[in-house]
Amino acid sequence: MSAASVLFDAPGPRARARHRVIAAAGVLALLGLLAFVVVRLADPANNQLTAEKWLPFLTPTAWTAYLLPGLGGTLLAAALSVLLSIVFGLLLGVGRLAPQRWLRWACGAFVEFFRSVPVLMMMLFAYYAGLFALRISGPLLPLFGVVVGLTVYNSCVLAELVRSGVNGLPAGQRESGLAIGLTPFQTLTEILLPQAITAMLPSMLSQLVVILKDSALGSMIAYLELLRSGTNLAVAFANLIPTLIVLAVIYIVLNSLLTRLAAAVEQRLRRGPRAIVTQSVTAGFVPGPAAEPDVPETIMPRPDDRPGRRREPRRPRG
Amino acid sequence: MMTGGTPRWAIGGALVLALGMSGCAGASSAGGDPGSGGKVTVGIKFDQPGLGLKNGDSFEGFDVEVARYVAKELGYTDVEFRETPSAQRETMLQSDQVKMIFATYSITDDRKKKVSFAGPYFIAGQDLLVSASASGITGPESLNGKKLCSVVGSTSAKKIKDTIANEVQLQEYDTYSKCVEALASGSIDAVTTDNVILAGFAAQPQYAGKLKVVGKPFSTERYGVGIKQGDTKLCTAINDALAKMVSDGSWQKALDDTVGTSGFTPDAATNPPKADACA
Amino acid sequence: MDGLATLLREYDVLAAFWMTVQLTAWGAVGALVVGTVVAVARVSPVGVLQRFGAWFVTLVRNTPLTLIVALCSLGIANTLKVQLAPADSPTFIVDNGFRWGVVALAVYHAAFVAEAIRSGINTVPAGQAEAARSIGLGFAATLRHVVLPQAFRGAIAPLGNTLIALTKNTTVVATVGVAEAAYLMRNMIEFNPSLLYAIFALLATGFVVLTLPMGLLFTWLSNRLGVHR
Repeated sequence: MSAASVLFDAPGPRARARHRVIAAAGVLALLGLLAFVVVRLADPANNQLTAEKWLPFLTPTAWTAYLLPGLGGTLLAAALSVLLSIVFGLLLGVGRLAPQRWLRWACGAFVEFFRSVPVLMMMLFAYYAGLFALRISGPLLPLFGVVVGLTVYNSCVLAELVRSGVNGLPAGQRESGLAIGLTPFQTLTEILLPQAITAMLPSMLSQLVVILKDSALGSMIAYLELLRSGTNLAVAFANLIPTLIVLAVIYIVLNSLLTRLAAAVEQRLRRGPRAIVTQSVTAGFVPGPAAEPDVPETIMPRPDDRPGRRREPRRPRG
Repeated sequence: MMTGGTPRWAIGGALVLALGMSGCAGASSAGGDPGSGGKVTVGIKFDQPGLGLKNGDSFEGFDVEVARYVAKELGYTDVEFRETPSAQRETMLQSDQVKMIFATYSITDDRKKKVSFAGPYFIAGQDLLVSASASGITGPESLNGKKLCSVVGSTSAKKIKDTIANEVQLQEYDTYSKCVEALASGSIDAVTTDNVILAGFAAQPQYAGKLKVVGKPFSTERYGVGIKQGDTKLCTAINDALAKMVSDGSWQKALDDTVGTSGFTPDAATNPPKADACA
Repeated sequence: MDGLATLLREYDVLAAFWMTVQLTAWGAVGALVVGTVVAVARVSPVGVLQRFGAWFVTLVRNTPLTLIVALCSLGIANTLKVQLAPADSPTFIVDNGFRWGVVALAVYHAAFVAEAIRSGINTVPAGQAEAARSIGLGFAATLRHVVLPQAFRGAIAPLGNTLIALTKNTTVVATVGVAEAAYLMRNMIEFNPSLLYAIFALLATGFVVLTLPMGLLFTWLSNRLGVHR
């Protein structure tokens, strides 16, 4: 659409007419699909659109007794796991870049192994370890299980992002750091990490959405969270399908808010004095922000922020 | 800016962890000794109508009524209910998250390796739930060519397929509520599990007159009260309370008020049951 | 160790993991196809299609997979009566459950594939597309012959992450009764709760065996096939 795209020529009158036909067909198809769904749901054999099934969501009890406590649990587990994952992700990532070979290997093995185990298994392991090894008792145990399970897995993912972010920086960054007399460790923490983290922020932020969604697995170890409390609501009101739809909407809103918040944080960091990797070169094919109403443009990696790419600047940097 | 931010995060994380740990030390146990008054935490199901159901801010069902009666007899003044998912019932007792479990908890030898049981307080049997208008299904033998639903990881449906009706098709979901929803939408022909659980769904106002229990139980499930392993004192106290509940008529009344509203009557030959001796 | 032997004797562990592999394979093919279509729609000249693509990603990526699987099985298959197997077939439930499970997995991961391909497209220098257009190629031809082949090679690493996630996420379809590894685990826990640790060790090992080589393969592929500029 916008002039920014280099994938197609500016449409002429015939192309514009063709695009309008495609657009109209697309809209019609979508409307047809929606109509099909609504008609089938309203079908007397299903009766999913009755007031009896939807009105419970307008009562305060549905929210105070089920949805809000569940939401609180989900947010608590997600917030703790996000903080801890970032801390341990950084530590592991730095460990994988350390000059000591044994440390690199240890961190590498940890990351590769725990990235491969399903999060649910990790939660169950943490829960049993908390119970039998650490002797945690009472209602804190499920929270411990959820947070440790999510943290172990997600810090491994974040560690990989940190590593590839640092590896993707131009070699000159490290060399000049060493040349002005910084130790390798100082070079890493003062020069490389700030740039790498800024570059990898989009992927890191989408990982946070995953953490929030995965907290739903906590119901398997008796952690009170949104999905489980929502399912209990559905039993009490015998309205499973409307509840599934409402839950999906809540998760979508929640995660969109998180994405937006994350994008705002990212904007701030990019503007920060240290964020020197922020180039204004827009060589990519990303359509302008107008075409992506939901995902802010900055969620996409900038072409020049990619990891593992050219060591030499191809063009003068702005 | 980023390097300045990292330690702050680290400190924040450490603080949270420290707070969590201190909270751990102060966490209260699931309840004191019987007779000491105060609050007790009891594990139930939150999603089984007629047995253990969270309805708004209150709890209702046969399991809930029995739990309340027993807790009162044990001298507790307040009962707090917690949800105990099937897979974690043993660990929730072991970790003192709950003192007792009343959650359609069948007494089996394998479970006795980890927990002890008081009771049983009810003898259920496997049965079928069908649409009220269906006349073709009179028992497990008539299921050939039909679609039968049960929950993942339960024996009930497999037993029917392996021994009674080989040509039945099995659908499994993670919760009974999904099976009942599928039955209500006509996608399956019958749901199978313990009769009292099925009766609870049939008794729900939203399904009143739409679903019915076939009423030919073909197995025996003995529901016990799960407690920490080896707590003989508690086990004896619970058994006394259960015996009293039966003799003063509260047991029958609780049953009639909950699952009984669907017209369900338990097998009178086995109910109310006599408690096992506490080991 | 006794416990492990008992489990292996009593349960068909290999069959369960074979189901996991099948779900992964079909889900991956579906996700790749749908994801590519969505990614192309998002960079297409038609504004409406761009918007549809963006909506799809936002809606699907932000919904937990458990919900998508439940909605596919209970909502679309049971309530809307859209079936993927002949209704009179004696294996209707198994086939229909498996196919809807694959659809749910494919649709969910398509959102991630679309984003991976989009970042792959971003790794292709603008000059490539400009050159393609200047020799007279239209949008479709530019994508097909010039941009996408390079984009896929640039997107190998994120695609690999998505495939690993897909493999592990197949466990979710156990909630609608597809007999894969997590379904087996629930059965084992129900009948042998005293063997809990052996059960977890067995299942975790199974997944590590499946996904670890995948991770290594994709690291190797991205090094080998990546376009070095």
